[in-house]
Formats: sequence, C-alpha cells, structure tokens
Amino acid sequence: MLKDITLGQYFPGNSVVHRLDPRTKLILTVVYIVALFSACNLLTYALMIGVLIFCIRCSKVGYRAVFRGMKPVLVVVLITGVLNLFYNHTGEVLAKIWVFSIYSGGVRMAVMMVLRIMLLISGTFLLTYTTSPMQLTDGIEQLLGPLKKLHLPIHELAMMMSIALRFIPTLIEETDKIMSAQKARGADFESGNLVAKAKALVPLLVPLFVSALRRADELATAMECRCYIGDYGRTRMNQLVYQRRDGFALVGGFVVLAAIFVLRRVGI
Amino acid sequence: MEPIIETQKLTHIYSVGTPFEHTALHEVDFCAYPGEILGLIGHTGSGKSSLIQHLNGLLKPTSGKVLFEGKDIWADPKQIREIRFQVGLVFQYPEYQLFEETVYKDIAFGPRNMKLSDEEVDQRVRAAADWVDLPESVLNRSPFELSGGQKRRAAIAGVLAMRPKVLILDEPTAGLDPRGRENILDTIRRIHREQGTTILLVSHSMDEIARSVDRLYVVNDGMLPYHGTPGEVFAHGTQLREMGLDIPKVTQVAQQLHRMGIPVDANVYTMEDAVRSILALQGKGDGLC
Repeated sequence: MLKDITLGQYFPGNSVVHRLDPRTKLILTVVYIVALFSACNLLTYALMIGVLIFCIRCSKVGYRAVFRGMKPVLVVVLITGVLNLFYNHTGEVLAKIWVFSIYSGGVRMAVMMVLRIMLLISGTFLLTYTTSPMQLTDGIEQLLGPLKKLHLPIHELAMMMSIALRFIPTLIEETDKIMSAQKARGADFESGNLVAKAKALVPLLVPLFVSALRRADELATAMECRCYIGDYGRTRMNQLVYQRRDGFALVGGFVVLAAIFVLRRVGI
Repeated sequence: MEPIIETQKLTHIYSVGTPFEHTALHEVDFCAYPGEILGLIGHTGSGKSSLIQHLNGLLKPTSGKVLFEGKDIWADPKQIREIRFQVGLVFQYPEYQLFEETVYKDIAFGPRNMKLSDEEVDQRVRAAADWVDLPESVLNRSPFELSGGQKRRAAIAGVLAMRPKVLILDEPTAGLDPRGRENILDTIRRIHREQGTTILLVSHSMDEIARSVDRLYVVNDGMLPYHGTPGEVFAHGTQLREMGLDIPKVTQVAQQLHRMGIPVDANVYTMEDAVRSILALQGKGDGLC
C-alpha cells in the first residue's frame, strides 16, 4: 500500500536525537555529508558506519525502518555498483567475463560507492525520521535567516516547504482513497503494458488534481482569515533555543570530521 | 439461510513492524444475509472503514477469512475484481472520485471495466441514472458542474451500474442538507425494494440508521460488541454512550419516560412509533396530565 512509503516520513519519539535542536541536526547532517564524501579508505568508512550505527541507536528508530526507507533507491545503488565494477580499470585484473574484465580498483570503487550512497541515504533519512517537518522548516528558516538581509525570500521559501511537506501525507492518503474508490469500480492499476498503465492513471490523477487545487484554495483562504501577510512582524510561538546537548552533539560532529581528515592521511 | 457475505475471525493490522503498527480489526465475525438492510455503526477510527474494505477485497486480511456466497474471496487473488463487481462499495464523499468529461462516461466506468457490450453499458448507465433520479439532460454535462447532491448521486450511480448483489455505502449522507439526506436514503430503500440488493449502511448517526435497517452491528475498537435488531442494540444504551455513540433521540425520550413510570414502550426508535406509543396512552385515560 502507498501508506508504507517511508521516504522522508517522521517517526514521533522522545529520544535524544528527537530532542536535539533542528538547527543542530541540520548542521550535523551537512557535517556528516562532508565527512562521508571525504572518506576514502577502509578506516574512514568504518568510522562513518560506526557513527551512523551510534546515531540510529540513539534515535531508537530501529534499523528496520532505516533500511526499509532505502528500498526505493536500491536500484540506483545496484546500478552504481555494477557500473563502477566494470568501468574502473586500475589495479590488477581479478577476473575476465567475456569482454569485461574486473580490476581490483573496480571492486574497491564499487564497494565504496555503494557504501557511500547507502550511508548518505540512511543518514539523511535519520534527519527526517527524527525531526518533524515543522521543526525542520523552522530550523532551515533560522539557519538561512541572515540571507534575509540580501532580500532573499527565505520566509516564503520556508513556508512553501512546510506547506508542501505538510501536504505529502494528506495527498498520499487522498491518493490511497481515490485509488480504492476506483478499484472498487474495477479499475486496474497493476496489469497491462506501459500505455495501458498510463491510461489507468487518469481516473486517479484527475480527482487528485481537483482536490489538490481545492485544498490550496481553502488553505489560502484560511491563512488570510488568520491575517497571514508573510514574514513582516511575525513572531513565533516556539522559539528555538540551543541546549547543552546541542553543544555536545556539535562538538562530537566536528571531532568526527576532524578524525576523518586525519585518518585520510593514514590510508589503508 | 446462507449468509451472502461473511467474515471469520477477521484480523487486520496496519504497518506491521513499524512504530505505526495498529490493530484495526480483531477477530471479527460478521455476516449479512441476502436481501437485508444492515447497519454498521461506530465512531471515527473504530474500524468500520477497514471492515467494509475487506468485504470487497480492497484490503487483505492479516488473518482470518472473508467469504462471499460461501467461497473465500482470496482463494484466487486474480479473481478479486469479480468480487468487487459483486460487492459494490460507495466510499465516503464519493463525489471526489468523479473524473470523466461527462456524467454518462463516469457512470459507465464500472460497467466498461466489466467488459460488457456497448448496448448493455448504455442500458445500465441510463437505468442507474434513473434509480438515483438524475435527469437525462445531466448525463451529457461535466460532473464538475453539478450541485453537491447531484454529484453524490452520480457517484452512487457509478457503483449501481455494476449491478452488485451487495451494496455497501459508507456514510452516504455525510455533508448533505436534511432534504438531500432524505433523498439519498429514499433512493437506497427503493433500490433495496426494487432490486433486492443486500444493503450495508455505514453511519455514525443512530437516528438515520434506526429508521432504515433490519439489523445492526456496533463497531468499537476493532471489535463488534453488539449486534441484533435496532431494539436489541439500543437496550445497551449506557454501554453505547461509553463508546461515544448515542441511541436515537426518540428512544432516549421514550426510555426516560419509561423510567419515570409512564407506560410507554421503551423500545421505540422511530418518530412514528413514538407518536403511536404515546397516543396509545390517551386511550387508557389514566390521568397522566
């Protein structure tokens, strides 16, 4: 069912990771990505895997959920792995299959790429798993706040993002409902060739667009009724305040980054 | 009599193995007999929507069985579409599923999926429109131009055109004005009378259900604690109230009068019966007033 899509879904909870300030988590995610792309040998990758496991442990989200989120991108991961395996011609030849030959450099590259993508995805998923969309956009708005001085519409962007995120579950639910209703009238979304499948989507997409537009209209009215005029003079109910744990987490993050740069030189 | 549709120890659990795991139905035994009007009542989130979606195979049971005319509907998953044509399901706010350019084409969607001949489809579409009181002139208009009540009736016609043996309606009167509500209920009762269709009416309004159904199931917390005739079910007034449900207002009045020692029948649940029961007191002339 569509409901099982976990891409970017928030798992409510009360772990340390959940309680971290969203700004901290955003900064740490950037640090994590930088560290991940700087990793280039066995030791550095081992460290990154360790960090990820530690974070998942702390978040209490569970490995199952994290891995299930990876399902949709598994194909991309596999293709990357295979391509790297055959197209890297450094090191010594390990095996020859027909016109392809596998070099030791290729194996090394493939393993690293696959690991890198998987770590990247599960790490960033951990952010959305433990941070509600509202907190996330709040954090982004605050972090990008200085750019307002340059007259960039940061608030509007954040608002658009939070509305979009807010409506993903609603639209998924709606899609599910319309799909069921059309299935109840014998619609078939699964079988047939590509053209038939595309055609079968019409009974789903038309009502979905109609209702999305209706919702947008209602939301705009509701916002205006509550005197929304954009960023000007707007205050927030929940101010973001850095806590002690944010300090620890940030220090920890940068220590890992530093460690990666040191371990790069060791090189195994 | 053989039940037309039946569930045996039906259990459904959503999102197994995630923090969202949730048991919607727990070992539910439900059955409907051919030709009856059945009511299903329960508040939001009680599991009634999950139950009806099992009856036409939109949801697959986690455990337990759903039988249609004595056969397990999941015996051959490829045949599940056949079940959906036999057990018509009208969702809540069905007007949001309209999509075609004309009302005619939209009603024809179901019959066309059944791969019927053009004449048969045409005949069914016109008959279905007639059952729900949609005039011929509406058939060639866009469904998005119709009024709310007309849209609802067009959507119901879309399911009726498949001529299901069992018709399930989830809150068919939600969001309509009193007259629109009465119209829909009249239509449902007429279809039952003229087509002999087994009807399952889902609602949270006791007043509405009490007047229409032969038998009633109460859904609460994924289980069916009470079932029987409306009278039998409303006898559990206190427990129903604890579940966040109410018994019809006239029944409440009658029960209160009964408690006060006035000899009215405490088991009335339609306005007509209440009036009759109270008028009957007059004849006795025991000087109540």
